[in-house]
Amino acid sequence: MSHLENEIKLLKDNILELMFLVKNQLEKGHRALDDFDEELAHEIIANEKRVDSLELTIDRDCENLLALHNPVAVDLRFVMAAFKINSDLERVGDHANSIANYITDFGAPVEEEIMKIMRIDEMYETSIKMMSNVFNAFITEDTDLARKVFKLDKKLNEINREVSSVTTKLIQKNIEETQNYLYLFSIIRKLERVGDLTKNIAEELIFYIEAKVLKHQKMKSKNNNGGNDS
Amino acid sequence: MESETQNPNPKASKVETKPKMDSKDQSFKLQANNVDVFYGDFQAIKNISLDILERSITAFIGPSGCGKSTFLRLFNRMNDYIDGFHMEGEISLDKQDIYDPSIKVEELRKTVGMVFQKPNPFPKSIYENVAYGLRIQGIKDEDFIEKRVVESLKQATLFSEIKDDLDKQALALSGGQQQRLCIARALAVKPSVLLMDEPTSALDPISSGKIEDLVHELKKNYTIVIVTHNMQQAGRVSDNTAFLYMGELIEYGDTQKIFTNPEKDRTQNYITGRFG
Repeated sequence: MSHLENEIKLLKDNILELMFLVKNQLEKGHRALDDFDEELAHEIIANEKRVDSLELTIDRDCENLLALHNPVAVDLRFVMAAFKINSDLERVGDHANSIANYITDFGAPVEEEIMKIMRIDEMYETSIKMMSNVFNAFITEDTDLARKVFKLDKKLNEINREVSSVTTKLIQKNIEETQNYLYLFSIIRKLERVGDLTKNIAEELIFYIEAKVLKHQKMKSKNNNGGNDS
Repeated sequence: MESETQNPNPKASKVETKPKMDSKDQSFKLQANNVDVFYGDFQAIKNISLDILERSITAFIGPSGCGKSTFLRLFNRMNDYIDGFHMEGEISLDKQDIYDPSIKVEELRKTVGMVFQKPNPFPKSIYENVAYGLRIQGIKDEDFIEKRVVESLKQATLFSEIKDDLDKQALALSGGQQQRLCIARALAVKPSVLLMDEPTSALDPISSGKIEDLVHELKKNYTIVIVTHNMQQAGRVSDNTAFLYMGELIEYGDTQKIFTNPEKDRTQNYITGRFG
């Protein structure tokens, strides 16, 4: 293995570590919310430092690779993708951290019925599924798998579109719970952003592997994105 | 060697031979059609066809021994002196076959100048080095020669550094200055094509940078073909790049495309340093 290949492998390993960590942060957030586990929420907040630290390491790795190895073609695309994926993952980590902060502010478990009405579990499961897909797609360099997140993101957008009216109705019914409903509303919004960022990661993966630029392009047809289901 | 499937019949391989034109006014300055080159029994170039746009910079890249320098030298018939050299196919300049018996090689080389890897000034003054080509053409008008010497040195971005030392020995110049002097010498006879065989490989980064800037400037008036081992240099200076491997043209096209998303695995493996 050449020096450059070694450096690229190290960068890949660091990205995978960050992806795994961020995916874990999301999963823990889901569990912490479901079980009202404040300790787990604090663990997420503590782990945010690891996310930030890994982000800085990856930034430095990318900078060194560009400055010292002048990568071209697939190697250049990988470093460019890694740079953007790194930033996207850090922001997903930020959202997981913000959600953990909301959980510590709740003061009491959220009623199961309310979780259902606001489709919190569906939102969490879908965004974690998207993160799992890009994680596995990154390991196997499988762009079909990466493309599956586009369809999943539409589901998140649909839930997000409904959440304003759902929250308004809940507040009208029980004004005393306004604060907690607004927390849940914000969690939905954060998870929708997580979906957008995961979609960006999928696009970066496709750019790296296939040299195709997908961002800012409307999907041509529902069946064209390879995402029948995931 | 690589995962790419080898074409059993290289004559039928679909390698792009024509670069994209910037405008309709541009035309092909140099054209190679089905060129084979042999040194005795050894085949150095295998059925290469390739068109080079006028007023553009074309880089030939490939590992040592791939035939890029041999291919470059075909354009001003520098291989003619090599023992056992034999060529088949056609090389044309402005659509005229330069290997036609009616072509005078000396005349051809007025149009197609060459700069070599190692600066090779004559052991004469700076002035006489640049004037040399004009004198052997029989030009006697000293005013004309002086004017052309100054103009060529300016074009080669050397004049401001040596304008008070034109009578100094050319060999006293630095390596980078000597190389620019050789470019000035080539420019003095008003060629329309400049062939450059690794022109910066013997130079430090500052001198290399000056030559690269100069090459970029000369593109406005000249067709330049450059052989280089320096991938970054090929990427920086050229409009089109041809990748040669074991005498074959593997890929040819827009430099930006070659260095970001090459079509062929062999090109990718070479430019990313995975072989060669």
